[in-house]
Amino acid sequence: MAKFFAVTIIAIAIISAIPILRHTWWMAEDISTHGAPIDEQMSETMAEAGISFLASQFILAFFIWKFSSPKPGDKIKNFPGGAKAMVWAAVLLVGTEVLALGVFGVKAWANVYFTPPAADAMPIQVQAGQFAFYFRYAGPDGKLGPLHADRISEANQNFFGLDPASDPESRDDIVTAEMAVPANREIHLLMHSKDVGHSFFVPELRVQQDFVPGLDLSLHFTATKIGKYEIVCTQLCGLGHYNMRAYLSVMSQQDFDNWLKQQAAMQ
Amino acid sequence: MHDMAKHDAVAHHAPTSFISKHVFSLDHKVIGKQYYGLALLAAFVGMGLSWLMRIHLAWTNFAIPGLHLLTKNGAPGDVMTPEFYLQLMTMHATIMVFFVLTTAPFAAFGNYFLPIQVGAEDMPFPHFNMMSFWVTFVGFLVLVSSFFVGQGPTLGGWTQYAPLSALGEVGGPGEGTGVVLWALSIAIFCVGQLLGSLNFITTTLDMRTRGMSLWRLPLSAWAWFITSVMGLTAFAVLMPACILLILDHVAGTSFFVSSNIVINDQLQPHSGGSTLLWQHLFWFFGHPEVYIAIVPGMGIVSHVLITNMRKPMLSHRVLVYSMGALAVLSYMVYGHHMFVSGMNPVSSLAFSFPTLVITIPSTVLVLIWLGSLYGAKLRINAASLFGLGFISMFISGGVSGFFLAQPSTDIMLHATYFVVGHFHLVMGVAAMFGIFSGTYFWFPKMYGRMMNETLGKVHFWLSFVGAYAIFMPFHYLGLAGNVRRYQAFTPDYMQRLIPLHQFITVAALVTGAAQLIFLYNLFYSRFRGEPASDNPWQATSLEWSTPTTPPPHNNFGDKLPEVFHDPYQYGVEGTAGDYVMQTSPEKITTGHDEA
Repeated sequence: MAKFFAVTIIAIAIISAIPILRHTWWMAEDISTHGAPIDEQMSETMAEAGISFLASQFILAFFIWKFSSPKPGDKIKNFPGGAKAMVWAAVLLVGTEVLALGVFGVKAWANVYFTPPAADAMPIQVQAGQFAFYFRYAGPDGKLGPLHADRISEANQNFFGLDPASDPESRDDIVTAEMAVPANREIHLLMHSKDVGHSFFVPELRVQQDFVPGLDLSLHFTATKIGKYEIVCTQLCGLGHYNMRAYLSVMSQQDFDNWLKQQAAMQ
Repeated sequence: MHDMAKHDAVAHHAPTSFISKHVFSLDHKVIGKQYYGLALLAAFVGMGLSWLMRIHLAWTNFAIPGLHLLTKNGAPGDVMTPEFYLQLMTMHATIMVFFVLTTAPFAAFGNYFLPIQVGAEDMPFPHFNMMSFWVTFVGFLVLVSSFFVGQGPTLGGWTQYAPLSALGEVGGPGEGTGVVLWALSIAIFCVGQLLGSLNFITTTLDMRTRGMSLWRLPLSAWAWFITSVMGLTAFAVLMPACILLILDHVAGTSFFVSSNIVINDQLQPHSGGSTLLWQHLFWFFGHPEVYIAIVPGMGIVSHVLITNMRKPMLSHRVLVYSMGALAVLSYMVYGHHMFVSGMNPVSSLAFSFPTLVITIPSTVLVLIWLGSLYGAKLRINAASLFGLGFISMFISGGVSGFFLAQPSTDIMLHATYFVVGHFHLVMGVAAMFGIFSGTYFWFPKMYGRMMNETLGKVHFWLSFVGAYAIFMPFHYLGLAGNVRRYQAFTPDYMQRLIPLHQFITVAALVTGAAQLIFLYNLFYSRFRGEPASDNPWQATSLEWSTPTTPPPHNNFGDKLPEVFHDPYQYGVEGTAGDYVMQTSPEKITTGHDEA
């Protein structure tokens, strides 16, 4: 039975690793300018975790195979090197791994969070609410008008709580239910929640960021590949959470300009 | 250490009535069994809920016969509504984390065996101990009662993120009364665990018998001691957090709700609170909780494996130090649950580093277990199989931690099924395997009968292969961006993942059904099992030197034992065989006492 157990462990370890090696189910293609270091970090971590996983399972299986059928006269033996060898192995192997991952990981993280958006990045505001995202683009004045929570009314389609009558900056703002961005242009995403916690996750863009009621957060990114992607909510926000999503279209600058004009005409 | 006056104060007479013997018992052994019974009940309820969820995830419109009986309007035509899915999910997680993973390995086995392993007659505060169980039981009833009150249980997940959890019914069905009952239940549960922890700590420090130095404590006793220190500090933070959450509902406060929240076009009457405050309080408890669930398993499995390897671990002390390091570090890593929460991105790096460092003590533990297997005379039985399975699961669940410890890779995996796979393997399945291992090992002492080995092995094989079949694919789903806590997978890119979900559901149904074999074995062996001797595994620690099996009311009869050796004198030439018991005064020339 012990030998069968050992073989089972090895079989499970190998079968588990195959879909990872073949990328049967894998991360979506990266369409961002900041995503490469994240993907690299993912691959390195996968290599280190994968080797640790396979090696430990194999050793476990091997020792179970080897030491489970002692003969009557057998004496127990101790691993040469004893506990000290184990502690040193853990500190050296894992310690190096941890330092390496830690140092490179900081770079990948810093790319996203410690660089300010470019001065000419295009601001887009996104508001999350149960269970939809709404987006707001500045009109020709290049400015987003102020928000008034008490004026929010889905009934009147005033999703953001704008007051164009008294705020001239709001008059040309363009509010949409889908998001479009021009390719290869940096976007400065200004995020706020209308009600509870939500999250903005676009796997292809390599961004995930929570919306936190009471906090104004922002993200910046550049999409490089024209196409239609999905924005999904990843923070449990209520019964419609699973259905809270919006499309993100990455367009050529010209298509984007036309799209924005169309949207402006529909306001 | 040994202090007669103290023992006199603790000693209580053997109970005479049914009520004082089996219901409101002061005996730590009865309380331990009560905790085990509660955990068993909770585990099957929790598993039943997971079956309902899994069926719904694989076949969303499938009508589950009788489902409407569980809910007022959550299952019209027996088809689950989105909100009812979330309610089941929240209850599954809450029941499993609190009432199974905390109660079984820690409160149940710890209550029964810690006093015996230190050589005491009972815990120092038997009334607190009794209260600890009954309070926990009331907590369970309060939680389950939410199924039958108002709009049903809360749908906010076991993490109960604010402000969804603090706004009341306007946030969704169950977010009013459901949340209040949830928070009340958890606050009550915390009281129970605080009382228990207090008893565990005092038992370990003050109740050890003559000769039982700290280093002579078995690894299981060390694990319960370390866990109780974590319990005392972690539950002491969660309880006030739950009280503040209740106040936000019933007293009009705004601890966790900020200004300008609009729901249904209505500005909510709250202002000035902090959403992130809840997350900080919750995870300050939440991460130590992971170790509260798993450290007892480490101790139990080490204890079981040593007996079945017939040799001590490479180093007793290094294992103890490693478990201690996990406990200390567990408070410094909690922010890795909050990398994308909007907290300062510098904090993310500050929390990432200790999270990566915590892999070092974990690796030391694994390497010591593996290295100790070398040169062993390994006995294969249900207890040791689950022990070895624990190591395999702990490795598999542990390595995925590398990804979640780094904020950059967490961007892709946060809130996906990858996380679900990670924690189910490392704290769910591994901890369950620890519980099973302990059950097969200690059942003979607890009930005086052996468990059926064949059924135990069948149970093991189905559980081992089944758990991998369920939880490995979770990681693939997560890598492909499958978000957790969805009741259906409507986004276009998730469509192709549905067949994998169907595979997981089938695996979950089969593996779950295999647990019925365990249940049958428990009850069958309780009444029909082979009678057990006092020391059926030829083991060394004090629970095997009680005068009767099960132990008498005061554990050791007229005289408390005296301890002469380290806990694990195996592979030596003793008069009884290849081991020398802790209570045996004989000299050992072939091994060495570390203590």
